[in-house]
Amino acid sequence: MQPELLTGRKAYDETVSTTGGDGMNETLAIETRDVSRIYRLRGPRHKDDPKEIVALKDVSLEVRRGELFGLLGPNGAGKTTLIKILATLLLPTSGEAFVDGLNVVTEMQEIRRRIGMVSGGETSGYGLLTVEENLWMFARFYGLDNRTARERINMMLEVVGLTDRKRTKISDLSTGLRQKMNFVRGFVSDPHIVFLDEPTLGLDVTAAREVRSFVRQWLQDHPDRTILLTTHYMAEADELCDRLAIIDRGHVLACDTPTNLKRRLQREAIFRLRVGPLGPKPRRDEMIESVPGVRQVQVAEKNGHTDLSLILEREDVLPEVLAHLTRRGSNLISLEKREPTLEDVFIDMVGRGLDVDTSHRVDQDHE
Amino acid sequence: MSEIREVEKARGFSLFWRTMWARAYPRIIGTTREKSWAFFDTILPLMSTVSYVFVYRAINAPEEYIGFVVVGGAMTAFWLNVLWSMASQLYWDKDMGNLELYVLSPGPMMAILLGMAVGGLVMTGTRAAAILIVCSLLFRVTYQTGSLLLLLAIFTLTMAALYGMGMMFASVFLASGREAWHLSNLLQEPIYLVSGFYFPVRALGFWVATFASVIPLTLGLDAMRQLLFAGGPSLGFLSVRTETGILAVSAVIFIAAAHVMLRKLEEKGRRDGRLIERRR
Repeated sequence: MQPELLTGRKAYDETVSTTGGDGMNETLAIETRDVSRIYRLRGPRHKDDPKEIVALKDVSLEVRRGELFGLLGPNGAGKTTLIKILATLLLPTSGEAFVDGLNVVTEMQEIRRRIGMVSGGETSGYGLLTVEENLWMFARFYGLDNRTARERINMMLEVVGLTDRKRTKISDLSTGLRQKMNFVRGFVSDPHIVFLDEPTLGLDVTAAREVRSFVRQWLQDHPDRTILLTTHYMAEADELCDRLAIIDRGHVLACDTPTNLKRRLQREAIFRLRVGPLGPKPRRDEMIESVPGVRQVQVAEKNGHTDLSLILEREDVLPEVLAHLTRRGSNLISLEKREPTLEDVFIDMVGRGLDVDTSHRVDQDHE
Repeated sequence: MSEIREVEKARGFSLFWRTMWARAYPRIIGTTREKSWAFFDTILPLMSTVSYVFVYRAINAPEEYIGFVVVGGAMTAFWLNVLWSMASQLYWDKDMGNLELYVLSPGPMMAILLGMAVGGLVMTGTRAAAILIVCSLLFRVTYQTGSLLLLLAIFTLTMAALYGMGMMFASVFLASGREAWHLSNLLQEPIYLVSGFYFPVRALGFWVATFASVIPLTLGLDAMRQLLFAGGPSLGFLSVRTETGILAVSAVIFIAAAHVMLRKLEEKGRRDGRLIERRR
């Protein structure tokens, strides 16, 4: 079920009417139609009984030109798989995908001229080359002439604040500086569409902020270009994305603007409680979830106390929850009512947080 | 729409040319950046060459054999370069994330592999020359200066065929990983034996020598020895003319095979998800 996706499409169809020969809307930068991808596990354990992992299941998305579109989901949700399909590195098992109006299966060479990709934790390039030399090498792979390549490298190093490091060997760069260089690499070829796969992964707060600032500035300077960003940092998705799709276990659960997604939870009451230790795990019918009106609960034990994140149907459910906690011998330390975040939206939809890794699951349908 | 001018990007041969030299660059510049490589790439092959020279001297082998070993030792550098810096390079590149970026770029993979070959040739050429010069001076090897042009042609054909074979092996890494790495391991020592690096390949007998001729270095080395040493032709496997012809055909076959395999195995890699995996 993808009700928000349909709403988004409907809204978009009202403003756009041009369609290409293959049926793809020409004002779309990216379009996927029922894209699925199944990985087949290899190895001696699966020789006679091959296991399949469904990384993507019937994913349909539309990303407009000029948009910064986000894919939000936990590790193993299928975000990277989708990006790799769109970046022509992986074939879909079924369905169709278009990038800049071109089919990812049959027109990959032309797509590659128009896209760039930066991944978090990238260690690409050659350590014995300097920052400038590495960037020059990759720029030449895109067919840039010598002068243009050097001009653009200098300009972009200036933008990310790496000019003074351009003659430093990349093996001598810190993780943050290396990621800035990777950003320059991804953008130096003047791509129409850029795929950013967890671009701030492993970066410290300052470096991550600089990277986000670079992304915003680039889109501001190039309003006809598009960025597809995957992240499992909801604050990053909230801050950067015009629209985003929440993806889990290969399925798109919702697709809308961050504001609209959060609006879904506006009728609910969201509380963060810090309470004394809850003691051993009770029977199912004695858990907080059993209190009528409690929609979702996230429990985190920390240094002798327990943090509870609650989504309640109404505010007046709270006294019942507090009474339940008292019955279990716990005491209230602090209580905070807060606005819904994208993580609350995610928890509300799938019943668990974004920090749960689902990458090693074997799809039940295929066991 | 933005008014910003689009950056011009080359296509066709121009893109191929730029990609090739861009990929050759790290190897060429690497010669001057990592001085320690000079030791490993020159001194170590030199030592094994020297040990063979002493063995031949100890058993009073014909003096041509000393020259054979020296030329063979120099050419070993190219074989090691093809095996570890051509065939296996994409294995490292896959692990570092470079392979993904190569495939993702519009620069043809063939140009990237050719760039690796050109860079490797330049890098290894200096090592081979060092081995040749040092050993020749050390052991007073005398060469006959016959047809230099033919010698150069044979060397060029040998390198074209050898690096073409390296490109073909490299393409296997697009759709494979550890298995291809084992193949490289497997090929190193047996090739030392059957290619006749340190003795005339003819000594192995017709059938083994014929089988060994699949490796371009076998015939290339044999032909060069026939041209460089007075007693060479009497120890040669086939005539220089025949060996030159076979080398020319091999070069075409290996390069064409690399081209086809690159296309097929990239497709397979995209289908199986092998292009994006990082595990070994």
